Amino acid sequence: MIKRLLLVLGLPVVLFVTWYAASASSENFYAPPLRQILIAFVDTWTPERLRADVLPSLARLGAGYLLAALIGIAAGVAIGASPRLRAAAEPVLEFFRAIPPPVLVPVIMLFAGIGNGMKVIVIVSGCVWPILLNTVEGVRATDGVLSDTTRAYGITGPARLRYLLLPAASPQIVAGLRQALSIAIILMVISEMFAASNGLGFTIVQFQRSFAIPEMWSGIILLGLLGFGLSELFRLAERSVLAWYHGLRDAQRRS
Amino acid sequence: MPGGRALLGLSGLAGLLVLVEVLPRAGIVPESYLPPTSRILAALAEEAVTAGFWVAVADTLTAWAIGLAIAVVAGVAVGVLIGAVPVLRAVTASTVEFLRPIPSVALIPLAVLLYGSDLGSTLLLVVYAAFWQVLVQVLYGVADVDPVADETARSFRFTAWARIRHVLWPTALPYVFTGIRLAASVALVLAVTTELVIGAPGLGSVIAVAQSSNAIPTMYALIVVTGLLGVAINLAARRAERHFLAWHQSVRGEVPS
Repeated sequence: MIKRLLLVLGLPVVLFVTWYAASASSENFYAPPLRQILIAFVDTWTPERLRADVLPSLARLGAGYLLAALIGIAAGVAIGASPRLRAAAEPVLEFFRAIPPPVLVPVIMLFAGIGNGMKVIVIVSGCVWPILLNTVEGVRATDGVLSDTTRAYGITGPARLRYLLLPAASPQIVAGLRQALSIAIILMVISEMFAASNGLGFTIVQFQRSFAIPEMWSGIILLGLLGFGLSELFRLAERSVLAWYHGLRDAQRRS
Repeated sequence: MPGGRALLGLSGLAGLLVLVEVLPRAGIVPESYLPPTSRILAALAEEAVTAGFWVAVADTLTAWAIGLAIAVVAGVAVGVLIGAVPVLRAVTASTVEFLRPIPSVALIPLAVLLYGSDLGSTLLLVVYAAFWQVLVQVLYGVADVDPVADETARSFRFTAWARIRHVLWPTALPYVFTGIRLAASVALVLAVTTELVIGAPGLGSVIAVAQSSNAIPTMYALIVVTGLLGVAINLAARRAERHFLAWHQSVRGEVPS
C-alpha cells in the first residue's frame, strides 16, 4: 500500500520540488519562481473569480458537449443503421471531421455573433464529428447473430434501439465521447480567446497581454487541473456505465 | 459492389455542393454569411494562382512536418525506454496520466511570450499535443508484448537491445502507427489553430486576414483547403500504415482455416 502510494506520488513530488528549487532565485521575467506563481494562484483564483470566470466557461463547455453528444448519437444511429445512407454520407463526414475545428470560429461568428451562443455552437461543431463517426462504426459493427435474433423475435422500433443498437455501440460511443471531451476543452478556450468578456481563456490572454506573468502561469496551471479533473470524472463515469463491457472483455481474455 | 458505394459517396458530396449553392441563392441564408458554392470555388481559383497562398500552405505543412517528426521520435524513444524498464513505468504512470489531459491551448500565452508569432510557437504547441498521442500508444504497444515470446527471448539470452529490436518493436509497431496517425491529424489542428490565434505564418493567419478584411468567400475557400489537407493527411497516414504493416495480422486479415 505504502509502496503504491510512493510510486504514484514519487515522481510528481520530485518534479514539483525540482521546479520549486530551480526557480527559487529565478531572475527570468517569463519564468518567475514557483513560490510567486503559487501566491498568485491563491490571490487570483478567489471564489468570486471562480464564479465570474470559470463557471461561465464550464457552463458553455457542458452545454456544447451535451448538445454534441445528443446530435452525434442520434445522427450516428440513423446513419449507421442504413447502409445506403452511410455510403452517401461518409465522404462528407470525413471532410467535416478533417477541418481543424478552430477555423470554424470565424464562420460561426458571422452567424451567431460573439455571445454565449457562438461559443456553444463552436464547441458543438467541433465535438460532434468524433461522436458521430464512432457511433456509426459502433452501430455498423453490431453482432450479426444478435441482430438476426432480435429481428426473429419481432423486436423492432424503440425497443430495438434501446436493447440492441445502443448497448452494442456503447463502447465505441464512449470512445468518441472521450475524444470529444478534449476537443471541447480546446474549443472552449479558443472561442474565449477570440471574443469574450469573461471566461478562463479570456482571462489568461488578458494576463498575458498585460504581462502579469505569475498570474498567467497560475491560469495555465488551473487550466491543466481542469483538464485533468474532467478526464478523471469521465473515467469514473465510463467505469460505471461500461462495467458490463470491461467485465465481459476480462472474462473472455481469461478463458 | 464498390462502384455503387463510390457513386453514392459522390452523390452525397454533390448534394452538399448543391445545398450550399441553393441556400444563399434562395435567400434562406444571407449571402454575406454563406456565399454560394460557385463563388467559394471562384475565390479558391483566384487564391490558387497567387504565390502568397502557396507560401502559406508550405508554411503550415513545414510546421506540421517538423513538429510531427520531433513528437514521433521523442514519443517512440521515451515510450520504448519507459516500457522496457518496469520500474520507470511504475514511477512515471501517474505523471503521464496527469500531464496528458492538459489542453495544449493552455500553452498559447506562454508560446506567445517565448517565441512571439514565429514558427517556434507553432512547433511548441504541435509537439506538445502530438507527443502524448504517440507516447500513450507506444506504452499500450509495449504492454501488449506476448509474455511467452519475451521469456523465450530471455532464455536464449538475447541482449537488451536484441529483445527491444526483435520482440518489443514488432509488437509495438501497429500501436506506433496508430499513434502516428492520431498525432498527424492533431498536429494539423494545432498548427492551423496557432496560426489563426497568434498569427504565426501559415494558412491560419491567412484565414484571420480574410476574416478581418471581410473577404468571406476567400475565408470559406481557405477553410475548405484546410479540410482537404486534413483528408489528404488521413489518407496518406492510412496508406503508410497498410504499406509498412503488410506483414501484420490486422492488415493481412484472418488466415482462412
